[in-house]
Amino acid sequence: MSAPQIGVSTRRVGGRERVTGRQRFVGDVRLDNLLHVRLVTLDCARARIVAIDTTDAERVAGVRAVLTAADLPDPMPRFGPVYADRPVLAVGETRFHGEPVAAVAAETEEAAEEAAALVRVTVEELPAVLTVERALDPDAPLVQDPCLRKGPLAQTNTLREWHFGWGDVDAASAPCVVENTYTFPMVTHFAIEPHVFLASADHDGVTVWSAIQHPYLLQSTIATLLGLPIAKVRVIAPDPGGAFGGKQHAKFEPLVAFLALRTGRPCRLALTLAQTFQAVRRTAYRVRMRTGFAADGTIRFQDVVTDGLLGAYADIGVRVISKSTYLMCGPYRVPDARVHVRALLSHTPPATAFRGFGTPQVAWAVESQMDEAARRLGIDRLAIRLRNLAHRGEEVVRGDKPADGDWHEAVHKAAEAIGWGNPLPPGRGRGIGVAIKSSATTGASYAIVRLHMDGSATVMAGTSDMGQGARTVLAQIAANELGLTTDAVQVVMGDTGVAPFDLQTSASRSTVFMGTAVAEACRDVKRQLAGMATRAFGADDVGVGNGTVAVEGRTLSFPDLLVAGFAGVRGEVIGVGSRRGEADTAHPLGGAPSFYEFNCTAVEVEVDRETGELLIVKHVSVADVGKALNPAHVEAQDEGAAIMGLGHTLMEHLIFDEHGRIVNLGALDYRIPTTKDLPLELHSLLVENEDGPGPYGAKGAGEGGLFAVSPAVAAAVTEATGAVIRELPLTAERVWRALRTEG
Amino acid sequence: MTGATRRDGYPVRVTVNGAARTVEVSSTETLLDALRWNLDLTGSKECCAEGECGACTVLVDGRAVNSCLVLAVESDGLDITTVEGLETGGPAGGRLSRLQDAFLEKGAVQCGFCIPGMVMAAQALLNENPHPRPDEVREGLAGNLCRCAGYQRIVDAVLLAAEEDA
Repeated sequence: MSAPQIGVSTRRVGGRERVTGRQRFVGDVRLDNLLHVRLVTLDCARARIVAIDTTDAERVAGVRAVLTAADLPDPMPRFGPVYADRPVLAVGETRFHGEPVAAVAAETEEAAEEAAALVRVTVEELPAVLTVERALDPDAPLVQDPCLRKGPLAQTNTLREWHFGWGDVDAASAPCVVENTYTFPMVTHFAIEPHVFLASADHDGVTVWSAIQHPYLLQSTIATLLGLPIAKVRVIAPDPGGAFGGKQHAKFEPLVAFLALRTGRPCRLALTLAQTFQAVRRTAYRVRMRTGFAADGTIRFQDVVTDGLLGAYADIGVRVISKSTYLMCGPYRVPDARVHVRALLSHTPPATAFRGFGTPQVAWAVESQMDEAARRLGIDRLAIRLRNLAHRGEEVVRGDKPADGDWHEAVHKAAEAIGWGNPLPPGRGRGIGVAIKSSATTGASYAIVRLHMDGSATVMAGTSDMGQGARTVLAQIAANELGLTTDAVQVVMGDTGVAPFDLQTSASRSTVFMGTAVAEACRDVKRQLAGMATRAFGADDVGVGNGTVAVEGRTLSFPDLLVAGFAGVRGEVIGVGSRRGEADTAHPLGGAPSFYEFNCTAVEVEVDRETGELLIVKHVSVADVGKALNPAHVEAQDEGAAIMGLGHTLMEHLIFDEHGRIVNLGALDYRIPTTKDLPLELHSLLVENEDGPGPYGAKGAGEGGLFAVSPAVAAAVTEATGAVIRELPLTAERVWRALRTEG
Repeated sequence: MTGATRRDGYPVRVTVNGAARTVEVSSTETLLDALRWNLDLTGSKECCAEGECGACTVLVDGRAVNSCLVLAVESDGLDITTVEGLETGGPAGGRLSRLQDAFLEKGAVQCGFCIPGMVMAAQALLNENPHPRPDEVREGLAGNLCRCAGYQRIVDAVLLAAEEDA
């Protein structure tokens, strides 16, 4: 029996491996007899492939395969989490810069590189669709082949559209109507670990190595593409070296698997950082928002048209757009709302999930509208938020899950910490922003917990630990339930051949879903221990606690019971647990959110009027987490999200040229925050009311810190200078230009 | 380069983590590749491969170097310390350095991919300036990117290690 393991800042499980360099990331995996893969790509986004000549490439010593679309099944195998639209290799036409038309497998990286350069591709460059405006232009070329799509939208670049809302916006009126357009650009994930994919056709199936957030979805994707039973596809997913949504879904794993099957050799493809920019990116938004306010600041209506810019294939970006815009009124009570949303295709890298799943894009517009209304009505910006913010139990979407936290408490906490209302020196301003994200709706997580003879335990869980600390939290939950310390718990994850099914590691769902499954599995173990005690001692009065069993007044440790229960024959007790979120087909998102992730961010910013540079003097993030199972890790994640939010707020955006090529490709030209961009003061504060659906009242956490950074910083700039900016990022140049305009 | 067959090989003598080593490297291979693939010291990581991210940081004669920017053939005679060299007593029952322990104590490690380079850059900083001010740590680690952005805790960890060293 040990002290409670919950609510304590246990050191990171796997931390020692990470500070000593012993942690094996996917790029450190060694396979014998390996072939090295290089992609053949074109110098533009969109081109018709006229011919591919592989003769010279095949002559390079050490080349074992040059794969083109002609070598793959016809029709071309396609995949994707929502639509199976992404081809293993481009066929007929390329649709984004970096899309491979061929791949080379060779004995050395040099040979693969040389051969890839010798693949002669005859192409005809075609005009590309790169912006929201062009995607909506009826004269624009179609990004996807209409034959591969269904329905009336197939002849347009609108992949899907949605209409959300309630009440009657046309009948609503308001004395103050704020109407603006906000844009949020494409951003790259920039995990420090670039993607590495390996595949080996072993035994009677295939094994794939990928640092992927959703190994079980990759497993079924590969099984479908190769025509194998799921059981014959094993995905080994070493802990990702950062993911942030960019490692959710299959990219080049299918291609590498085909190469492994074709060559009969293990194959390895390591992307350069630049290639990771071309693999997937964040979904860009243009939000046109008309918000009506009463004179006292009460929101009367919200009327929105949002266009989300996908890339050439839907990936999960299509879900990002619908799920985020479903909460287009933010955490506020709005009597009438109308939201028209389009997901548009373009000749750019596929848009995918990115920490926040569209919430920062939505909050940029919603919160900037609140600030403008406050300025116009002469109301304090904190007060206008508190006036409209939902209280626990009040709906933010009519008929859907009501507010499930004390959000006002979080806002007051942030306001106090930032010193809202205190006098400011010249050149400084403050901003405050709030936002909610819909968490996971549906999906299942299964866990197995094995209690060993000595009382230690192994947890088998399909979650990916990508830095959020899933291993630690799951170990804490098991330790707490079984009366252990985390040192006595081994968490096995990252192998579909070993750990049971988990839908995915995303939407801040793992603590709630997998955490519950692990706790359930521990309780299953304890139920079996009770049965064992009853049988072993012929006792009816058995009570199983955390680590001990009371049998008719005697207290036994788990190991003592196991020795007695197994009567000399060794064994272990295997518990199984699960948590399922069932689908609701009538719900616009397929299911109601299991919880809302709420954040309030407040900043104090100093503006250099000469250069337009912004200095973040103070940054406060308040997260409503229900219960912080490991406070230090929750705060660390929240701080990290805050810094990531400063990245897309201050400096990050992908820039395209007229050929659809990313101009700022790589670390030299695309800046992310460094230690020098740290706010002078950064505080992460938590609200813990134990009101979440996870174990011990936990909610998911770790995304909220970046939701409302942009509007808070922009509002601070406005307060300091009068300049209003509705495009991101707030680079020094953009701020400087805005200052010149505002005088 | 991943340890595959090479067309040219040059012997290079280096001291790595205190041990004299001779490795055969190709003319195009970086020090990072040689460490990772010839010496199986995979703690040093590759991200940008252009000297911007710091994931490959090692110490050469006590100073921080981006090992992705050094050709392996240029490293003859150098004294190199990688992240694997900070722990004393070997991996089983080894003892973490104060700096490594401070990273764990402060919760500075998230995904961990940048951490080997970050720890080495911090070690180099402490070698030159055993008691840095917070702004000096921020300046000194600006060449090492962390996308989990545990920067605040990383800075705190370096300051803690310096304090313990007092």
